[in-house]
Amino acid sequence: MDVAIEVAGLVKRYGGVTALDGVDLQVPRGTVLGLLGPNGAGKTTIVRILTTLLQPDAGRASIDGVDVLAEPREVRRRLGLSGQYAAVDEYLTGFENLDMIGRLYHLGRRRSRERARELLAQFSLTDAGDRPARTYSGGMRRRLDLAGALVAAPPVLFLDEPTTGLDPRSRTEMWGVIQQLVAGGTTLLLTTQYLEEADVLADDIVVIDHGRAIARGTADQLKAQIGGERLELTVSDGSRLDEAARLVTPLGVAPPVTDEHRRSLTMPVSGGVKALRQALDLLESESLDVDDAGVRRPTLDDVFLTLTGSTTEEDAT
Amino acid sequence: MSTLDVVNDAAVVAKRNLIKIKRVPDLLVFTTLSPIMFVLLFAYVFGGAIDPTGGGAAYREFLIAGIFAQTVVFGATNTGAGLAEDVKKGIIDRFRSLPMAPSAVLTGRTLSDVVNNVLVLIVMSITGLLVGWRINTGPLEALWGFVLLLVFAYAISWIMAWLGLLIPSPEVINNASFIVIFPLTFVANTFVPLDTLPGPLRVFAEWNPVSAVTQAARELFGNPDPNPAAAVSQAWSLQHPQLYTLIWAVAVVAVFAPLASAQYRRAASR
Repeated sequence: MDVAIEVAGLVKRYGGVTALDGVDLQVPRGTVLGLLGPNGAGKTTIVRILTTLLQPDAGRASIDGVDVLAEPREVRRRLGLSGQYAAVDEYLTGFENLDMIGRLYHLGRRRSRERARELLAQFSLTDAGDRPARTYSGGMRRRLDLAGALVAAPPVLFLDEPTTGLDPRSRTEMWGVIQQLVAGGTTLLLTTQYLEEADVLADDIVVIDHGRAIARGTADQLKAQIGGERLELTVSDGSRLDEAARLVTPLGVAPPVTDEHRRSLTMPVSGGVKALRQALDLLESESLDVDDAGVRRPTLDDVFLTLTGSTTEEDAT
Repeated sequence: MSTLDVVNDAAVVAKRNLIKIKRVPDLLVFTTLSPIMFVLLFAYVFGGAIDPTGGGAAYREFLIAGIFAQTVVFGATNTGAGLAEDVKKGIIDRFRSLPMAPSAVLTGRTLSDVVNNVLVLIVMSITGLLVGWRINTGPLEALWGFVLLLVFAYAISWIMAWLGLLIPSPEVINNASFIVIFPLTFVANTFVPLDTLPGPLRVFAEWNPVSAVTQAARELFGNPDPNPAAAVSQAWSLQHPQLYTLIWAVAVVAVFAPLASAQYRRAASR
């Protein structure tokens, strides 16, 4: 297998806190790996180490066959990075931002200018290309930042939470842009807090928690592992919540989790709307009133609930 | 990495910083407005009290070199604030992920701040000429006076570069550097002749490099002490102000350029 990104036993500590606790990754060339995890899980630390911004305390990493620790400058020629915060110089125009990056990759004056114009066109920024970037919207800044990562057409690309903070429309646009890139054969490692994003963009997903990879596989494998959709019910009478849970249990692929405060229960189901109708029928036959009911796609919280037994929010406290 | 690449990268970064001066001219306006205000305040509010001849004209001529020194030193805070802003916005991360010369971000930044200081000195010189300041020596001596001011400011830029990377918050940098720079530029011969200062303060002022660069500029512009009868300081630093200024500049760069470079490699956004 031709591997573009290889990581073995990566450890990083900050004082007494272990940010990474032995992470192994392998990304075959031309594929997309999604690192999925909550804030503080260690995703950004992995990206920073792989892009030579941070030294690990232990472990090895190589990009495109080049050792990250031994030959950082050689590695920098082969990667593009778009960080968590759009690293756009807001006083420069879009064109000047990209031209500057081209010059710093030593593409030469003419090639840098050509490349800047090409990328502005590719990212629908041609009209805004000669305006200072501070006049750009959040989505435009993100696109410009991503364009910056592509100036040298690197074989390996790192995108750290590329859609965090974007509105839904800009997010969908960004997904389209990323899908086009990947279709061109670029190897991509992307981090995200959204299961849906990893599902749409990634070939393989690694779930990161507390600096460790706690699950890995294709999106389908992972979904099979955590169950499909979630059935959510809120009962009117909180004292009958346990009774409701007992009743619907046979319909789920795993036992329901109850939340007494919200008088609600959540359960992975495979049948979707059909399971919902069955559950409502069952509860009605026992005269159990329901305030709210629905089926929704699993979120990162559900992944963590299933894999670790606690939600990301509980983790954070 | 060839020498050519190192020079190219520094020039690219310097150009990027200079574009900011062009796009945000308010910055230049405000960095020059405050020294112009200082010229007018000191010249016309304190001038009469300090100048024994009463007219204030001699004091104004004496004052200008001091304001030049103060202004270029204050200008060095831009270096720190600019770098702090770049760290905060993740631009340093982007630079560090590129196969560019690592030294270029800092050399490019300090060099563009020299250009900034040149612009500021031009505006200030014109203001000085308007209030009666004159160069009473030859053009070469005067030019050397300006070069010494710029060299001194360049050295201070490296201290600020280190601070800017150490404390990546533009606001904190501005306030922190103020605490250091204000006494440094006031406990000196910048605004008052040294013989007016009490004992320990006077010793500090005599060895303060800001006094030396001011003294050097005054000598090179031919702007004497307004009180010809005043006792001339016998401190070596003020007897050899040009040499003392250069020694300081070299020493500061020798210490702070490596410190700033090491901090640059460690700089992490947020």
